[in-house]
Amino acid sequence: MALDDNSFSIFLDTIKKFVDNKLIPREQEVEDTNSIPIDIVREMKDIGLFGISIPTKYGGSNLSMEQEVKLTFELGRASPAFRSMAGTNIGIGSQTIVMAGTDKQKNKYLPKFSTGDIIGSFALTEPDSGSDAMSIKTTAKKKGNEYIINGTKRYITNAPIAGVFSVMAKTKDEKSSSSISCFLVDSDLPGITLGKPDKKMGQRGALTSDIIFDNCIVKEDALLGGREGIGFTTAMRVLDKGRLHISGICVGLSERLLNEALKFATSRKQFNEEISNFQLIQSMIADSKAEILAAKGLIISTATMRDKGKNVTLESSCAKLFCSEILGKIADRAVQIHGGAGYMSEYAVERLYRDARLFRIYEGTSQIQQLIIARETIKNFKA
Amino acid sequence: MKILVPVKRVIDYNVKIRVNSEGSAVETNNVKMSMNPFDEIAVEEAVRLKEAGKAEEIIITSVGDKGSQETIRTAFAMGGDRGIHILNDSNTEPLAVAKILKYIVDKEGIDLVILGKQAIDDDSNQTGQMLAALLNWPQATFASKVEVNSSELKVTREIDGGLETLKLNLPCVITTDLRLNEPRYASLPNIMKAKKKQIIEMPISDTGVDSSPRLETLKVEEPAVRSGGRKVADVDELINVLKEEVGII
Ligand SMILES: Cc1cc2nc3c(=O)[nH]c(=O)nc-3n(C[C@H](O)[C@H](O)[C@H](O)COP(=O)(O)OP(=O)(O)OC[C@H]3O[C@@H](n4cnc5c(N)ncnc54)[C@H](O)[C@@H]3O)c2cc1C
Repeated sequence: MALDDNSFSIFLDTIKKFVDNKLIPREQEVEDTNSIPIDIVREMKDIGLFGISIPTKYGGSNLSMEQEVKLTFELGRASPAFRSMAGTNIGIGSQTIVMAGTDKQKNKYLPKFSTGDIIGSFALTEPDSGSDAMSIKTTAKKKGNEYIINGTKRYITNAPIAGVFSVMAKTKDEKSSSSISCFLVDSDLPGITLGKPDKKMGQRGALTSDIIFDNCIVKEDALLGGREGIGFTTAMRVLDKGRLHISGICVGLSERLLNEALKFATSRKQFNEEISNFQLIQSMIADSKAEILAAKGLIISTATMRDKGKNVTLESSCAKLFCSEILGKIADRAVQIHGGAGYMSEYAVERLYRDARLFRIYEGTSQIQQLIIARETIKNFKA
Repeated sequence: MKILVPVKRVIDYNVKIRVNSEGSAVETNNVKMSMNPFDEIAVEEAVRLKEAGKAEEIIITSVGDKGSQETIRTAFAMGGDRGIHILNDSNTEPLAVAKILKYIVDKEGIDLVILGKQAIDDDSNQTGQMLAALLNWPQATFASKVEVNSSELKVTREIDGGLETLKLNLPCVITTDLRLNEPRYASLPNIMKAKKKQIIEMPISDTGVDSSPRLETLKVEEPAVRSGGRKVADVDELINVLKEEVGII
């Protein structure tokens, strides 16, 4: 059961205030220190942000997808690094267990995910396997009642701070989805080393790194759902949901960028006029606004469809593609409207422009979304 | 100790206020509403007293339309214990609110009332003072610090020239200023717990208070737009402008 409307509206107010009064003023600090201040993390935990997608039985608040995306519209207005802190517990890090975990696995991890006491990471990508996720090489060999994991995972969000990884590994040799299993691997086990945190273009404060498994031994009960071969399909279901969440973040960030652009355009004067009076500037404002509203509509309608139990693979790929692409355009226009100031770190748009670039790449590149959309559309046509 | 905290539902402080088309009031249709910020501070102070073991129960009350219940629930999520909603669809003036609060104080056996010093919609800054007068209780307005030692309170107030410290005995009335505390956020776990807390709804007529308006609003206008300034070349020109155009010297 989702949260009732009244309670949700109170919570949305909390998030709005938190974003405006706490997160946005601290963005530069996050950029400078490449970390989220601990008092902010503390407050994110207290507010209950880490548990929004976890069932109430395990201490979460089990928001509906519609509620979750409405929340992302707000959360997205602040530097995406803040969101990323709780992002894996809300999305890819916890949902494998929510969707496919055994009762024991749920009881072990979900309550701690809800409170943010442990961070979960999702480890699929490898040095030689990105878009072609089925080509992963990490293996898990069964020996008695244990598995031995070997391989390297790449660009794993929150790996440096995670308490547990959902690791996709092959339990059979052939290249097929049923060869891939998911293991819940506690990060303090012997045989695990982390790479140095990656140096990235943007989203400083959100850490990623390699995870190297060298004969890492896990107990049999670390196998997600207690069944081999469900790792890949579960990962795809997790990403289906994650795409809507990411879409919402893209819209929140788009709104922020447009707002920054409007602030600038209504105060900067050239040729004795506010630059917002120039039609070429207005054109950029108009296109951005229209795209944001269209994106919101697409997200809300897909989220409500998903809440009704419908399959939204096609729609959530459309949302991820559209929302991350318009974000790219809006970020570019926001810099353009700022002129030279937009290229200077003193203005938020310079940083947000770099932050925005990621959304067309992770959780499935734009090209991969296009492939999914085309595949589904053609399949539906032929059916 | 039993604390009463009245909370008012007002237009959210982030909303750009607009006058309605008739020019009779501020537009409230489709406008985001939230708890008056000074009242949030009042709730926070009460919750801190309870957490410090100095109060047993916090009763939240609001006078207003159905929507006020959401504001009471927000106060619950911050730590209020139970609520009384006095239902009135039309505007209730400060004196009527003060009388209603007196009714609740008498009925519930309240020891301390903490109110916001004013509501950000009409900025009346009267209800707390009127309530203290009606109850014949001591009052400490514009509080920036509150210390409770059993039945004795020390309250620091912000006044024009600096700070004034008052000592007063319970029962009493306090109104909050901005710097008293930083209100906590309504967290999701607490919002969920708040669902179980009870609100008693009561039509305003049940309080026996005559709430008919004593004031009549003639007109509501947008503040005049400031016309732009201008630069003058030198002091002579300035004096000339002040004499000839402005006419103040
Ligand atoms: C900051 C960051 C955080 C990340 N966090 C995580 C995480 O937490 N967990 C995780 O598992 N992964 C994570 N990733 C990995 C991310 O999901 C991958 O980078 C992404 O899926 C793309 O894979 P790749 O980098 O190997 O690019 P490639 O797959 O090598 O793609 C290179 C280019 O080729 C295109 N391309 C590939 N295949 C096709 C095709 N069939 N048709 C047309 N074009 C194609 C792509 O669209 C892209 O433009 C993260 C990445 C980043 C940058």
